[in-house]
Amino acid sequence: MTEWVLKAEGLSKGFTLHLQGGVCIPVLRDAGLVVKAGECVALSGPSGAGKSTLMRLLQGNYGADSGAILVRQADGGVADLATASPRAINALRRETIGHVSQFLRVIPRVPALEVVAAPLIARGMPREEALARAQALLRRLNLPDRLHGLPPATFSGGEQQRVNLARGFVADFPLMLLDEPTASLDAANREVVIALIAEAKARGAALVGIFHDLEVRERVADRVVEVAPLREAA
Amino acid sequence: MMPDDEPILSARGLSLSFGAVRALDEVSVDLWPGEVLAIVGESGSGKSTLLRALAGEMRPDAGRVAYRDASGQDLDVHSMGEPALRRLARTEWGFVRQDARDGLRMGVSAGGNVGERLMAVGARHYGDIRAEAARWLERVEINPDRIDDRPGQFSGGMRQRLQIARTLVTRPRLVFMDEPTGGLDVSVQARLLDLIRGLVSDLGIAVALVTHDIAAARLLAHRLVVMRHGRVVEEGLTDRVLDDPRHPYTQLLVSSVLAA
Repeated sequence: MTEWVLKAEGLSKGFTLHLQGGVCIPVLRDAGLVVKAGECVALSGPSGAGKSTLMRLLQGNYGADSGAILVRQADGGVADLATASPRAINALRRETIGHVSQFLRVIPRVPALEVVAAPLIARGMPREEALARAQALLRRLNLPDRLHGLPPATFSGGEQQRVNLARGFVADFPLMLLDEPTASLDAANREVVIALIAEAKARGAALVGIFHDLEVRERVADRVVEVAPLREAA
Repeated sequence: MMPDDEPILSARGLSLSFGAVRALDEVSVDLWPGEVLAIVGESGSGKSTLLRALAGEMRPDAGRVAYRDASGQDLDVHSMGEPALRRLARTEWGFVRQDARDGLRMGVSAGGNVGERLMAVGARHYGDIRAEAARWLERVEINPDRIDDRPGQFSGGMRQRLQIARTLVTRPRLVFMDEPTGGLDVSVQARLLDLIRGLVSDLGIAVALVTHDIAAARLLAHRLVVMRHGRVVEEGLTDRVLDDPRHPYTQLLVSSVLAA
């Protein structure tokens, strides 16, 4: 039996909007998810059901109101992201949790190649080696060499997404979170992403994704987990 | 235990009143080696007062600031005495002021401004000092040909970059920054922020950064402290505080920013 890499349980998340008279919006209640090494789990559910909120909780971007998000690190240690300190979360993001979002948060003046190599350099890989790996992955994602030295601010949506994908896949993270990784890609690049996901599974990574492209989902996901909207309760 | 598991700077229960105004009200913060901590809040929130109290420039009515020096010794910032504090400010610390004129010597050349800090830590060879100063001017994107010009002949953005070179040339372990991009044009700010981001991560410096610019805090900081009326109202991982703010004031602060 393969061990789990991610085990989230009893997760609740709501938002209290103080500027709107303190109205409370519950989004998740008692949500849970277990993902094993080598497995890709797709989150499904109607828009607004809380898929993105769950992904943000798993990344530490949102704080859970209750519950646990256990993550097994490469060294076998288990951390609870729901209660981890900010420094521990930064360390988990550096070593354990990779993330591909829909949109690249552009840093002014930093070239695409550096953006992609950054996760490797943060882990202590020598700069030259990190840049070489970044370049190889950008080429594989068909981003023309002439763009590698430019900041992605002026790139098209699809080009930015490929930079984002390369940044997410460049390091061998034990856990990968993919939010619509193929949203603005053409067919050829979609195939590259499907191959990257298959390779990540083969090396034993656990993946969680939101895939609106049903064909992609069919091909990469081992299981689909339904995120159901909360009924008006309580 | 690894030394990085202990804060380099640790403040507990800092309070300071100016007459009836509580500028600092029971403030506690920690800063770890290599970490950038942003202190945000509006004018009058106490953020600049906190920075000055952390750096020993302003004595709190109550509370303690401990600094762990390069040899691993814990020092009480407010009881070590002026000479020891000045030595620290010259060697292991740096301070980047909002107004570069407060951080530079305006009557001295650009090269002199950078070289002076080197001499303060024992550099003596004129040629080496000048060469190192030229390297640093280049690093902060100032043409080394301007090495003999005085800061008064520089633009605001250049002056601020010169102040950063002067501060970082001695490779301090801890740098305080007070609104380093305040008062500059937006295009100049972006360049400066990127420069600071690169240098801080290359050199592995701990930074306590005061800013009212939420976007700058998101770009630079690992952790965020939100201050209001002299108190810390919220703190945590930068992107979590900005994307999932809990306190009413933080929600107001974040919602007031265009696309932070």
